[in-house]
Amino acid sequence: MSAGLRVVIAEDGLIVREGVAGMLRHFGHEVVAAVGDASALRAAVAEHRPDIVVTDVRMPPGFSDEGLQAAIELRAADPDLPVLVLSQYVEQTYAAELLDSGRAAGVGYLLKDRIGEVTEFVDALTAVAAGRTVVDPEVVRQLLSRRRDPLHRLTAREREVLGLMAEGRSNAAIARELVVTEAAVAKHIGSLLAKLDLPPDADDHRRVRAVLAYLRG
Amino acid sequence: MAVRTALEALTLRPTVFLRSAWPWRSLAYLAGGALLGAATILAVIALVLAGTVLSVLVVGFAGYVATVLSGIVVARVERRRLRLVDLDELPDPHQPPPRAGLRAWLNLRLREQATWRELGYAMVSAGVLCWMDALVIGGAGYIVLVMIGAPYFISDEPLSNTLLLTLAGIPLTVILAYPITAWAGARAAMARAILAPRTDDTDARLVEVTRSRARLVDAFEVERRRIERDLHDGAQQRLVALSMQLGLARLELPAGTPAANSVAAAHELAKQALTELRELIRGVHPQVLTDRGLAAAIGQAASVAPLPVDLNVRLPGRLPSAVEVTAYFVVAEALTNVAKHSGAHRAAIRAWVTGGRLVLDVSDDGHGGADPAGGSGLVGLADRVAVLDGTVTLSSPVGGPTLVRVEIPVPVEEAER
Repeated sequence: MSAGLRVVIAEDGLIVREGVAGMLRHFGHEVVAAVGDASALRAAVAEHRPDIVVTDVRMPPGFSDEGLQAAIELRAADPDLPVLVLSQYVEQTYAAELLDSGRAAGVGYLLKDRIGEVTEFVDALTAVAAGRTVVDPEVVRQLLSRRRDPLHRLTAREREVLGLMAEGRSNAAIARELVVTEAAVAKHIGSLLAKLDLPPDADDHRRVRAVLAYLRG
Repeated sequence: MAVRTALEALTLRPTVFLRSAWPWRSLAYLAGGALLGAATILAVIALVLAGTVLSVLVVGFAGYVATVLSGIVVARVERRRLRLVDLDELPDPHQPPPRAGLRAWLNLRLREQATWRELGYAMVSAGVLCWMDALVIGGAGYIVLVMIGAPYFISDEPLSNTLLLTLAGIPLTVILAYPITAWAGARAAMARAILAPRTDDTDARLVEVTRSRARLVDAFEVERRRIERDLHDGAQQRLVALSMQLGLARLELPAGTPAANSVAAAHELAKQALTELRELIRGVHPQVLTDRGLAAAIGQAASVAPLPVDLNVRLPGRLPSAVEVTAYFVVAEALTNVAKHSGAHRAAIRAWVTGGRLVLDVSDDGHGGADPAGGSGLVGLADRVAVLDGTVTLSSPVGGPTLVRVEIPVPVEEAER
């Protein structure tokens, strides 16, 4: 847990922007800039070199996907810049574009609603800042529902584990969530990776990427 | 079936037909035809003569122009007369002149095809039809008069023989109602064929109507986007903030206390409201459609569907936005119907562009028997598709499978962009 992250927030809604800033400060992080549009976001990142960027997808002037585009550009310029993107909607397309950007480290794509899950949200923020990948459970659910053919070979428990892996959870977190031992989780993971012909990989991060790449197929 | 024309009247049962007004209407129509023809002949002769006599002067030209335009008058009278034997009113094929004044009127009329067709009709009417009208009426009248009036005309035969002729004349008169009505009906059909507005006469109006409907659909779409924006900027923002505040409050309160339980319940409600609002906003206008186009939006609709959907979407980049929006809502509605009514285990969406048309199939393996009139939103969507000159077809035999096909024309240059 890296406490005291330096954060840049980009969000056009004042209430949410200030709310998130207040919440992050409450948890001991430093909000170095809170801006309302994509160009201000680029400027703030250039000026403050933050530890992580939190940005809304949709921002002025076009109210289209300026925030997402800015995030992808920022990661193209600095592939190691962690970015957590908040979206109004669950859009696989947006998630895919974001996951393909930068050095494939430190990206998060969460539904805006998750801000309300205060602890989980702050955990996700620190995970992304630490270079991990966090994907909204809703996106994972959609990905799982789309790819059915080889997935039916998995047991129900293995599918559960796969979903949590895709969200970017570590073995320990999965074990906590499912109330089983870490050894049991490792066993499930080994079995499901074999069934899906994915390489067994000790590295959490590379494993998440492999699972997501597989699901997006 | 209600009878609308003299020709249709002929198919009535004789007892009904003979007691109807149709034979009399036909007779009146033909008599009028003979008179109109005669009047036309006289008028045209007079106009041509006037034109010839006056042609030394410039005004002579006016005589010829008036001859040409006489067709308009004849046609106007004919269209009105036609109501006698054809209850469906014949619309005027002429456009209203763009400006007031004789000059604008003349300019338009002389360039209209309808004017020349009407002149042709006036000539045929004066040259052939009115003579035939006269012949039919005259012939019928003559036969009836001779037969029934036989005792009066024929004096060198015994009265019993001539009375026999009279008696035979009565059924003959009745029978004559048939050829008279038949000729009147045939003539009316001919007049209708020549004088009815052609597609090229009305095209301008049709295009205008289509455009105004398209504008209406566009206006709806603009309004939907505005509503989506308002919900996003207003209610959704506040609900996110509310949910966040409640989440923070939960952290402060000792677990298990009544206050913590109330706040937890409130937090759940706020989250549910957010989820519902998100669904509502997607239904109003899906943002991904504007940002990423039809293929992405279809993918999105498929991934939230409660059953597996196989996708085969091959589209050449972006399509015109009206096409994308309409096609998307048809897919969304079709998927909703599949999930609600079909009992299907799988659905499939195929989309491609061929021959300047977007073709979109939504099929399922359900039990079929879908009825488009049965309260589904497909009928309303078919109207929207029709505004774009597209079609929605539904094939749903009992036992399945069901296929909804949407075809919408796509301008070629836009499709290749």
